[in-house]
Amino acid sequence: MKRLWVLLALMGALAFAQGNTITIGLTVSKTGKYNVESVNQLHGIELWQKWVNDQGGIPIGGKRYKVALKYYDDESKAERVQQLYSRLISQDKVDFLISPYSSGLTAKAAIISEQYGKIMVATGAASDSIFKLGYEHVYQIYTPASRYLTGTLDMLRAADAKLKKIAIVYEDSKFAKAVATAAKAYAQKKGFDVVLFEGYPKSTTDFGPIINKIKAAGAEALVGGGHYADGATFARQLYEQKVPLKMIALLVAPASDEFAQLGDAALGVVAPSQWEPLVKYQQTCGPSPAQFTKMYQDAYGKLPAYRAAGGFAAGLVLQRALMDAGTTDPAKVKAALDAMDVTIFFGHIKFSTDPASHGLQLGHEMVQIQWQKKGGQLAKQIVWPLGAKTADLVYPIR
Amino acid sequence: MPEILASVLDGLLIGLVYGLAAIGLTLIFGVMDVVNLAHGAVIALGMFAVYLLFGAGLHPYLGLFVVALIGLAFGVVVYLVAVRPIINAPPLMTLLSTFSVSMIIIGVGTAVWSTSPYNVNFPVTTLRILGYTVTSARLVAALAAVLVTGFLYYFLYRTTLGKAVRAVANNREAAELMGIPSQQILAISFGIGTALAMLSGALIATLFPFTILSGGIYELKSFVASVLGGLGNPTGALFGGVILGLIEGSVAPFIKISWTNVIEFVIFVLILLFFPTGLFGGRR
Repeated sequence: MKRLWVLLALMGALAFAQGNTITIGLTVSKTGKYNVESVNQLHGIELWQKWVNDQGGIPIGGKRYKVALKYYDDESKAERVQQLYSRLISQDKVDFLISPYSSGLTAKAAIISEQYGKIMVATGAASDSIFKLGYEHVYQIYTPASRYLTGTLDMLRAADAKLKKIAIVYEDSKFAKAVATAAKAYAQKKGFDVVLFEGYPKSTTDFGPIINKIKAAGAEALVGGGHYADGATFARQLYEQKVPLKMIALLVAPASDEFAQLGDAALGVVAPSQWEPLVKYQQTCGPSPAQFTKMYQDAYGKLPAYRAAGGFAAGLVLQRALMDAGTTDPAKVKAALDAMDVTIFFGHIKFSTDPASHGLQLGHEMVQIQWQKKGGQLAKQIVWPLGAKTADLVYPIR
Repeated sequence: MPEILASVLDGLLIGLVYGLAAIGLTLIFGVMDVVNLAHGAVIALGMFAVYLLFGAGLHPYLGLFVVALIGLAFGVVVYLVAVRPIINAPPLMTLLSTFSVSMIIIGVGTAVWSTSPYNVNFPVTTLRILGYTVTSARLVAALAAVLVTGFLYYFLYRTTLGKAVRAVANNREAAELMGIPSQQILAISFGIGTALAMLSGALIATLFPFTILSGGIYELKSFVASVLGGLGNPTGALFGGVILGLIEGSVAPFIKISWTNVIEFVIFVLILLFFPTGLFGGRR
């Protein structure tokens, strides 16, 4: 009998504890091809969780709610994502969702979150198409793909008013293709002549055939790329083949610190980045960029990449919406997300409420980085927009 | 026109490296009828081996010799642990067993190195020959592939051990009756096949950055090259690789790059349908 009382007391305590906890579910690519980016993103989310719990939790309607995370390894596979998000919602009964890393996986997770009417904050996913399907519960943190390279092209035009011929070469992935297609339209609007517009398979390691095409087309600048592995390979082979390009702008890869391993092949390469530790945003809530950077460095011993910042930002946006709503009622939290217009350490956050593009990120802008030599060492510098720059753009690079 | 020629030459050079990888696969199949599904993972191991040796201060080209020895030893161990106990079981068993080896290598590799790309960052000279730009690394890789193949041929046709390997490949029972210790020969053959796969991986690592998952695509290309050249025929596999490289190089200027793989695998199916023993005949 005594045991039964103890058990009942424990169950009661557990129920009480659960009542003051918000559980956020997600999948992480602990294995498979997104392993690096995804774990990086998870670090940001975990740092946010620690930061918020250290403050006693999220203050919602006079009570404080601790944050618990529930996540599984999706193996970077779409079919795993669908199974696991269903499980998170129906078995684990999580309160809110954060997306997996990458547009492809997020598109799969979004189907499930929408089916169950669960709010999902999407980070690490820049594709526009997810937000053109009429979903009402998915909210994007990143600048969408359609605006990914527009700043790069503006910068190129500002650096060289005469340049005409550009090549757009992209990885055949949902994200890169969306970026490239939008960039092509924008480039033509800006008066560039797109002499080569071509995709390459995800597994490409030999860029020889593509490089021969770039040379044959007489391109003066190159924009494109996809994810890390292909971008790093592409940059190295462009350097080795001495392709006479005045500017090389690649997605994702050059924004990572590991890109410096390429040595001289990294020099001059430009990348749009969602976020950099050097940015100077005046936040209206949460930590400042410098505070976030320090917290991250203290926790992981290195500078945060933008994916980690995006992870933290996803948590922070959800936190802000819960605080604004003053309740955990999903309908009210959704209304708070729809009304959100804030600047956090990650930049400006505002979501589209147009039914045709609901949840699409409208506020956030990209910064352009370039690898330059600083005191004999390769270092990333912000070169665009001019208001945020830490160095002048080196142009032409070859 | 110069671009098309450049593309074809690039294809030829890389095709020789594909060929070397394919020889590793086809040799093991030819000698013991085992389709080695760990081939791709072993190629990736070769990449990491040369990377680690380079980190320890050894030039990648000198590292190739060490990689070959490591490959030989590793192959013998894999044979003894994962293949020998089931060498006479139905083919599905060896398929599953070598697939398991592949999963173990990739699993351990992901845990140790993650799926981040690594890069053997050694100085590479860029040469311009009549408007054709080629890196020294590509030329050396192609040359090394040819030399290794030549050496393999010398071994198989001019040495007693090599002749024993061919004898076991031809008829294991008859070879045993002649006093050839077939189990040892099989172990050595598996070791040589593995060493060739690791060598090709090491050569690829001097050309391109790689991850622990990079071997997969070369495993697929090895299958296509082996089937093109006739399964079990090492020279055929080298030529199969060259043909594959030439196809990649010569079609690239005219079609979208994404279609190259489609064309390769359509050819793969056509060869299987119309030339089941490959263009150069099967096992020799």
